[in-house]
Amino acid sequence: MKVLVQEHDFDIAAEIAEISGLRTDIGAIVTFTGLVRDFHGSQKIQKMTLEHFPGMAEKQLEVICKAAEKRWPLQGGTVIHRYGPLNPGDQITLVVTLSAHREAAFEAAEFIMDWLKTDAPFWKKEQTDGGAHWVEAKESDRIKSQKWKK
Amino acid sequence: MELQYFARIRENIGCSSEQISLPDHISDVRGLIDHLRARGENYQSAFENETLIRIAVNQIYVTFDHVIFDKDEIAFFPPMTGG
Repeated sequence: MKVLVQEHDFDIAAEIAEISGLRTDIGAIVTFTGLVRDFHGSQKIQKMTLEHFPGMAEKQLEVICKAAEKRWPLQGGTVIHRYGPLNPGDQITLVVTLSAHREAAFEAAEFIMDWLKTDAPFWKKEQTDGGAHWVEAKESDRIKSQKWKK
Repeated sequence: MELQYFARIRENIGCSSEQISLPDHISDVRGLIDHLRARGENYQSAFENETLIRIAVNQIYVTFDHVIFDKDEIAFFPPMTGG
């Protein structure tokens, strides 16, 4: 699978075309795109900054993709995670999974996202009317990630 | 050894990386954290709550009892919130 950690935006259609191309053996393409929301509870978000651990972020995403490839019969895929300053509506993350059948593509995409949330070294800082704060890790995300470890 | 700090921990300490020489009596991550805490309030606030600290040695996740050496690159950061 292709892994990219980058500051600039990505083009979903171009990413899909690059990996599916002229192949005719693919039965399912699942994509997930994570976006910057303009609210957190009752607070309005003006901006978001994503910090990452260069080198380790790429390495961890590769570990997560390898785990997905071991678990499901995937025919390819792409994971992109952006860093740097972002605005509400901006794309943050892209996961694309290809498989002969939809179950594997759906499940692998969900698995990659759930693991990425808790195991890839990225941190979000939100700028709101009341000031800037680091986003706290959610217990619900930890539980979702754990459930795949069974 | 090289220490790296990210996100809240980086802001608490006031720098993103620094070089220190590992004192002989320190053998694991927990010992290093205690040593750093003694350096000042900024380190104390960075390492105040152990449940909010994650550690990577040479870019591999480890726990507080992980044995460390002077050649290691150790990173401290809060629980991840990407995605």
